[in-house]
Amino acid sequence: MNRSDPRPLNLLWLQSGGCGGCSLSLLGAESPDLFTTLSAAGINLLWHPSLSEQGGADLHRLLQTIIAGDLHLDLLCLEGAVIQGPNGSGLFHRLSGSERPMRDWIRELAQRAEHVIAVGSCAAYGGITTAGGNPSEACGLQYEGAKSGGLLGEKFHSLAGLPVINIAGCPIHPNWVLETLLQIALADLGASELDELQRPRSYANHLVHHGCPRNEYYEFKASAEKSSDLGCLMENMGCLGTQAHADCNTRLWNGEGSCLRGGYACINCTAPGFEEPGHPFTRTPKIAGIPIGLPIDMPKAWFVALASLSKAATPARLKNNAHADHIRVAPGNKVKDK
Amino acid sequence: MTRRIIGPFNRVEGDLEVQLQIDDGRVSEAWVVSPLYRGFEQILQGKDPLDALVYVPRICGICSVSQSVAAAYALADLQELTPPPNGELSGNLILACENIADHLTHFYLFFMPDFAREIYRNEAWFPAAEARFKAIKGSAARQVLQARAEFMHLLGLLAGKWPHSLALQPGGTSRAIEVQEKARIVAILSGFRQFLEQVLFGDSLENVIALDSAAALDNWAAQAAPGSSDLRHFLHIAEALDLQDLGRAADQFMSYGVYADQGQCLFTGGTWNGAPGSLDQTRIREDISHSWMHQQNEAKHPFDGVTLPSIDETDAYSWCKAPRLDGEVVEVGALARQVVNGHPLIRDLVAQSGGNVRNRVVARLLEIARVVVAMEGWAHALRPKEAFCHHGKMPDEAQGYGMIEAARGSLGHWLTIKKGRILNYQIIAPTTWNFSPRDAQSVPGALEQALIDAPVRDGEKDPVSVQHIVRSFDPCMACTVH
Repeated sequence: MNRSDPRPLNLLWLQSGGCGGCSLSLLGAESPDLFTTLSAAGINLLWHPSLSEQGGADLHRLLQTIIAGDLHLDLLCLEGAVIQGPNGSGLFHRLSGSERPMRDWIRELAQRAEHVIAVGSCAAYGGITTAGGNPSEACGLQYEGAKSGGLLGEKFHSLAGLPVINIAGCPIHPNWVLETLLQIALADLGASELDELQRPRSYANHLVHHGCPRNEYYEFKASAEKSSDLGCLMENMGCLGTQAHADCNTRLWNGEGSCLRGGYACINCTAPGFEEPGHPFTRTPKIAGIPIGLPIDMPKAWFVALASLSKAATPARLKNNAHADHIRVAPGNKVKDK
Repeated sequence: MTRRIIGPFNRVEGDLEVQLQIDDGRVSEAWVVSPLYRGFEQILQGKDPLDALVYVPRICGICSVSQSVAAAYALADLQELTPPPNGELSGNLILACENIADHLTHFYLFFMPDFAREIYRNEAWFPAAEARFKAIKGSAARQVLQARAEFMHLLGLLAGKWPHSLALQPGGTSRAIEVQEKARIVAILSGFRQFLEQVLFGDSLENVIALDSAAALDNWAAQAAPGSSDLRHFLHIAEALDLQDLGRAADQFMSYGVYADQGQCLFTGGTWNGAPGSLDQTRIREDISHSWMHQQNEAKHPFDGVTLPSIDETDAYSWCKAPRLDGEVVEVGALARQVVNGHPLIRDLVAQSGGNVRNRVVARLLEIARVVVAMEGWAHALRPKEAFCHHGKMPDEAQGYGMIEAARGSLGHWLTIKKGRILNYQIIAPTTWNFSPRDAQSVPGALEQALIDAPVRDGEKDPVSVQHIVRSFDPCMACTVH
């Protein structure tokens, strides 16, 4: 570690209206493992709900010490949405051992933090917790869906001068979090490293489409029609990989996977509002047979023209394989005559 | 007499508060509080039935696949769909991988670190326990994270990712496995077996599975030093602390059964209270007399269940409902699964000392051995080039349910669809059973009973005995209230 300041970075990790899945995903970090990477970043884990020995009274003491300004808080990570209900009271999530809503603790601690990090789409934008009629009246730290604001307000900046860092995803990839923490430790994370939705550009400058193993099917519009088909999932199966900001198909999950590699659609889980697409998740909405959501940055007329052209040129191999669950026709070999 | 509130109760999944009444150095009464409400059952109303496969895994990051499987079973029930053999095998491998990874996470990261607490510093066994199991710093933590992550490559292959996969479908899985991937799965399982045999058990999986009585377990433990494996290490501490006398609940056990393979479950379902009983899901009711829910005149079967939160109920103290089977409190989890299924070691341990901290942990570790051997069989049985998924039509109106076993116990989904949309979706999760509040008859839930008589040492704020008892259930609070 060559951070100029040898003082360890104190990290506090709290959970609210979420499933804990981002922490569980984080435990899967590899090469090196989670604890090794945290020490590489010079991070001192003050408390994490799944990992720390202390709980109860010890945690309450710790929170008071931070709020009183007696312990410097470098990194405040929140996992899960901020719960405001019922009727704005916040009592759908009370911090255990206290009478106060978790929301109030988060707001107070955020004022003391050098960096505030929303881990996962719930903490960033509200996420899945706000689906349906948002029964728990949840919101993100600095967003309510795609609208700036949330718990801390549009103008909020942490002590380091940055807005909330939104490591969106449902769940996060372990390295999205760990690389962001390392970037902070290396003083490499400025405002320009965050995109318009305050997501780290390190992964949000990519599209899920990049490196998709179904790219050849996409090029020729050889589309899957049912679950487990090998074809492109965009035309019929609800895939938003050409619009979703993330590097899932170049980075890979659990060593070998991604949603597309698992045989199912990308549901754009790094975006605000992904939880309510306005149509069944795994069915592509269409007008006159043309998918409503087109690849990002692509003019519609060109997409339609190219799609009909490439459909006309689809090799029989792809047409055949697109509707099968394993490769039926292998690519041909050009055998030279002797 | 003092009333004490412990929270947040960490190293459990999700949010938990425990309130205790303490008399003469012992817990005399306990109240288990689930302090977080999100409202998934409300969120699911009006959705396309297949959208449940997106929402329900996100109820919980640690039982994500279990929630998916329960939903897929319920949807398959609606569609009258059965998966092809490959779909069943692959689904079993995916669920087993999550369940076994959860057992490992629980043992090493959640449960064992309590033995490295300062309060035990003067115990003869403390230095070894601290070196091995201290939270974050102990030698086990990094070793286990690595083994767990490599094991979970199975989920990268079979399910795309973990948590929150969409690979589990009513008719099987969306990911057909090719022949080279089958080979890879076999290799990953072999690597994981090595870790288990060398580190966790210090013996072959087969020898662990063959332990058939409490005496056999004692003999086995005595054959090598406590430091030779983490199971022996645990048994050594358990003996020193008499963990078999800690945390007994009602000794009524239930399992829904799990890992269906051509009409047979690897672990069959049923009940056990000293004798086997059959399980009829129509006899399940959820009571809300002590829940922050709009009160109803009677406990309801989940098909008729209503979830309407209300903070103003006078007798309420938890967002959790109180499920009962035939009006009785039951305990669920690995111990229940193994005693119901009739493993001789677990039957003998339960006959001798009931459900308790030690027996719950032993059953969990035994289950790791049993399930990994079964996974090897399922992997070998995969037939690349044959179907992994069947397809059906979703009816417009139907009712169905899915019942499975998550790592920490019985998980059920009950759903009704009308006009092609979800009308009602009710979920009873494992920890809803174990950590339920009192019911209308004021009968405390399983953990509330298990905490009674827990000793409190002088000067203890958050009694360590209570820590052991609570975590011995491997609670998942995210699922509990959902």
